Amino acid sequence: MAEAFKFELVSPERLLVSEQVESVVIPGAEGEMTVMAHHAPVMTTIKPGVVTVKTAAGNEERYVVFGGFADIVPAGCTLLAESAVAVGDIDRADLARRIQEAREDAADAKDDQTRTKAEQFLSQLTTLESAILPA
Amino acid sequence: MPSLKDLRNRIASVKATQKITKAMQMVAAAKLRRAQEAAEAARPYSERMGAVLANITQAIGGGGEAPALMTGTGKDDVHLLVVCTAERGLCGGFNSQIARFARDHIRKLLANGKKVKIICVGKKGFDILRRDYAELIIERVDLREVKTLGFVNADAIAKKVIQLFNEGGFDICTLFYSQFKSVISQVPTTQQIIPAGVASAAAETTDGGNAVYEYEPEPGEILSDLIPRNISVQVFRALLENAAGEMGAKMSAMDNATRNAGDMINKLSITYNRQRQAQITKELIEIISGAEAL
Repeated sequence: MAEAFKFELVSPERLLVSEQVESVVIPGAEGEMTVMAHHAPVMTTIKPGVVTVKTAAGNEERYVVFGGFADIVPAGCTLLAESAVAVGDIDRADLARRIQEAREDAADAKDDQTRTKAEQFLSQLTTLESAILPA
Repeated sequence: MPSLKDLRNRIASVKATQKITKAMQMVAAAKLRRAQEAAEAARPYSERMGAVLANITQAIGGGGEAPALMTGTGKDDVHLLVVCTAERGLCGGFNSQIARFARDHIRKLLANGKKVKIICVGKKGFDILRRDYAELIIERVDLREVKTLGFVNADAIAKKVIQLFNEGGFDICTLFYSQFKSVISQVPTTQQIIPAGVASAAAETTDGGNAVYEYEPEPGEILSDLIPRNISVQVFRALLENAAGEMGAKMSAMDNATRNAGDMINKLSITYNRQRQAQITKELIEIISGAEAL
């Protein structure tokens, strides 16, 4: 069994998870990454996606996060999410609303840079939607 | 001298008022607990955010990479004040305290020849500041419909502020809110959010602060993503503190009101009893003197 480390998932409203875990899969801005104990210190922004947590007890929990960033040190990992919910509690209407907003943002973008950013965000959201909602 | 009937009515009405204030006090107490819990729950995020921010600023070393939101425009001509107050009154001096604090600040800025713009969050502050500085208020955020304060509310305010900043609308942004010290004491506070002054002292306290981090993407990019978020968090914290403070102030105000109503009822009852006794005595005297005359 792999060594456990401290993982915390924090959203502005509350502390969602704070426990010993075996591994965490984070949807990093530059690709997914699995964090285990003694990971080299990394700081990364995260894109909307699913965080998979494997607890020390062997359970697997999945959370949906909408952007944020992760602070990884050898002793633990802190994930500051803009908003986070357990996959089971996801509100479809909320997700649909976010996608709608992202679409509007992309349409309203004034210059190329913001448009690329908005479109990127939109595609991340739609990927996320297809990933968590059974078709 | 009011008649017995008047007094009776008066007592009944004060009793009704007392019941209302008592109920409001209890509602405020319940809401206060919830607001306090919310403020407490939000604390880890803002603390971690502060730590990470300090960390990353250290990594960049305050070089030219730092985004404008952090370094500011280098001027301090135009000030934006975000004044957060409650949506409802009946909470003692809570709103006027913040408004007065903000007004002193505005006066000082104006006296120094600065330009001032105001964003009012909450109806009460708007009502008070409108009297003197109506032409300075550029925006008013209404949270009346909001039942439970969410991060989205704060985020919306922060986005507005940032947009205004990017358009060159102001140089320095300060947040006005009430810090929740205890149920009976709320301290009006200012906090400068743009340019964001990151406490470098905080960097030393973070564990692993001296470790060499890998950044993904570049530190500058993370930072430019982080700073707007940090502003949202600051606003969110201010709003939560305010909500707790409002409820605390309301609770003690209503407690006072209930007690005052009680005192009033006591006084009125004494007058009432005295007058009734006087009337009885008078009637008795009339009867007795009537009987004696026979």
